[in-house]
Amino acid sequence: MMSQRVGIEISLAVAEVAKLADVDVVAAYPITPQTHIVERLAELVANGELSAEYIPVESEHSAMSACLGSSAVGARTFTATAGQGLELMHEVVDVAPSLRLPIVMAVANRALSGPLSVWCDHSDAMGVRDCGWVQMFAENGQAAFDLSLCAFRIAEDPSVLLPTMVHLDGFSLSHVIEPISMLEKDELEGFIPPYEHPFPLRPDKPVTMGAFAPPVIYTETRKAQEVALRSSKKVILQAWKEFGHRFGRYYSPVEGYKSKEATTLLLTMGSFGETATVAIDRMRDNGESVGLINLRLWRPFPFDEIRQAVRNADIVIVFDRCLSSGGPGGPVCSEIRSALYGEKKQPQVVSFIGGLGGRDVTPDDFVNVIRRGIEIAEKGSDEEYEMIGVRE
Amino acid sequence: MDKFTVFTPQLLPQEELFASGHRACVGCGEALAVRLVCKALGRDVVIVNATGCMEIVSSQIPRTSWKVPWIHTLFENTASVASGAEAGLKILRKKDRYSGGKVTVVAMAGDGGTSDIGLQALSGAMERGHNLLYVCYDNEAYMNTGVQRSSSTPLGASTTTSPAGEKSVGQFSWKKNMPAIAVAHNISYVATASPSYPFDLMDKVRKGVEATGTSYIHILSVCPTGWRCGSDMAVTLGRLAVETGVFPLYEVEDGKYKLSLDFPRLRPVRDYLKHQGRFRHLTDVIIDKIQDRVTDEYLKLRRKASED
Repeated sequence: MMSQRVGIEISLAVAEVAKLADVDVVAAYPITPQTHIVERLAELVANGELSAEYIPVESEHSAMSACLGSSAVGARTFTATAGQGLELMHEVVDVAPSLRLPIVMAVANRALSGPLSVWCDHSDAMGVRDCGWVQMFAENGQAAFDLSLCAFRIAEDPSVLLPTMVHLDGFSLSHVIEPISMLEKDELEGFIPPYEHPFPLRPDKPVTMGAFAPPVIYTETRKAQEVALRSSKKVILQAWKEFGHRFGRYYSPVEGYKSKEATTLLLTMGSFGETATVAIDRMRDNGESVGLINLRLWRPFPFDEIRQAVRNADIVIVFDRCLSSGGPGGPVCSEIRSALYGEKKQPQVVSFIGGLGGRDVTPDDFVNVIRRGIEIAEKGSDEEYEMIGVRE
Repeated sequence: MDKFTVFTPQLLPQEELFASGHRACVGCGEALAVRLVCKALGRDVVIVNATGCMEIVSSQIPRTSWKVPWIHTLFENTASVASGAEAGLKILRKKDRYSGGKVTVVAMAGDGGTSDIGLQALSGAMERGHNLLYVCYDNEAYMNTGVQRSSSTPLGASTTTSPAGEKSVGQFSWKKNMPAIAVAHNISYVATASPSYPFDLMDKVRKGVEATGTSYIHILSVCPTGWRCGSDMAVTLGRLAVETGVFPLYEVEDGKYKLSLDFPRLRPVRDYLKHQGRFRHLTDVIIDKIQDRVTDEYLKLRRKASED
């Protein structure tokens, strides 16, 4: 059966991925805006379409903890969360890569309290930035579906064995119905091999997992994790390449839109990349030399690809959906600056922050951001960053 | 399993699944309890261990004391990790991806990891009814971090965060009744045990394994370091805790209480308290208060056990 393009809510498409991957265990706790994913999975298990154990845990801390347990005995494990949920499970999120458990988690990005906000920004994702997971951001429904599928293959690759997070913007992706080319199980044949953990918890071959590390060995364990995460990039690229060859949709760590010869580049992460293309088109029609860079692979950070992508630009305007309070501005911008520092030819990097707590950012706003960014690059500014759309 | 008697120690498995050479303090009651629990469990287990004394003394990269599959992740999530392991093994068996014999998932934690920080996860696991055994090794304080009070510390005990002083009797609150909290979840098997009564303890572990759903065993583990008693006192104090009624041995099967050992007359609590430095400061007034409470609780328990 050929794949079909259907109108489907993106959360449901992500749940469909877990079904296609034939996950063994789902442990999850309801939190807006992720709930539709796990509700759908509960339904799939309840009506027999998915043979899995669904553990309706009593907190996100327990959700990720149960995921550790099921993954450690060799079961393919999936969960989803958002915002406060990711914050509550933070402690456990750190443990998964240290035990080399390839859990796959969808995060419907949400702002953090307080004040309480169920709406989207990337503050939750930035809180787990350094936890050692492979992390990627979807820009639309199709990417959310495709990247989630690839996530299982990447995470479980014997040379990777690292948990993988797929970020999709809360509401603006999670709750939106988009036309998505869904894949059928028989089309996937072999793309996600059966999950075999090399050393699961089994009585016939007892292992000790999670022993503690004194100073004499802790550094080495962290280094080993870091090496594994950095090396995962080859597998990620290979998985995306094969996905492209088989299903016709190609993904790369950094995506350019009309960016090749542009002198000014806007850089976004997540669904704003889609909105920003409208602004870029408009400005191009106006004869302005602007382009867009969308950052898809967040961890391991694609240093080389970023350097490549901006090599012809004079100005890079980074638009962050998160504020590093009291710090240099946007967390993505910090990383871009750090990636470009020391390069022979460096573009000027300008930092903008907006879209916090679900605040809409329109194509007009992006046009203004680009114009203002160019102005700052030319005239300079006393501020580390500018926050857009703030009502005084 | 056959009921052990004092004449049958030779029936105990010789094999040590919790290996010697670990770094527990001399005279540790908990290490003794773990050793007995492992003997009763046998090899077909997955043990999920909370952060705490037992994790620290038995695991240090690259060494391990565990000859059975064992995992430690964090402090407060042991029941949840165990829930996941149980669900994982269940579905793998259903999907024909695991074909070995029966595997029992056993969660182990101290009193802090159980009655304080891990209580929510444990409550969740019991409510969902995962088929697992949860063992609490209760040494009545956060011993691993240096003897701080927990909700399982008995009234009057001097710890580093409930020190006895001019204006303090030591621990100001009564010990939380964890077995009663487990019983309130309507699980099929709850028991208290003590390594001072090894055959009773092992019998209960086997019962817990056989029981349907979650079972809970609460083991009093004498801690000479934290209780400030002689390192040769673990077994004696464990017995005194039972004989004074401070820590009665009982089972609750499908809601039905049964005393494992009953005493027509309890020994005075003073016999138990006097060997421990943590109670050294107690006045007669406080000791009488403790005595009244222990007698009262014991009679309540006996009444429950005599109900149909």
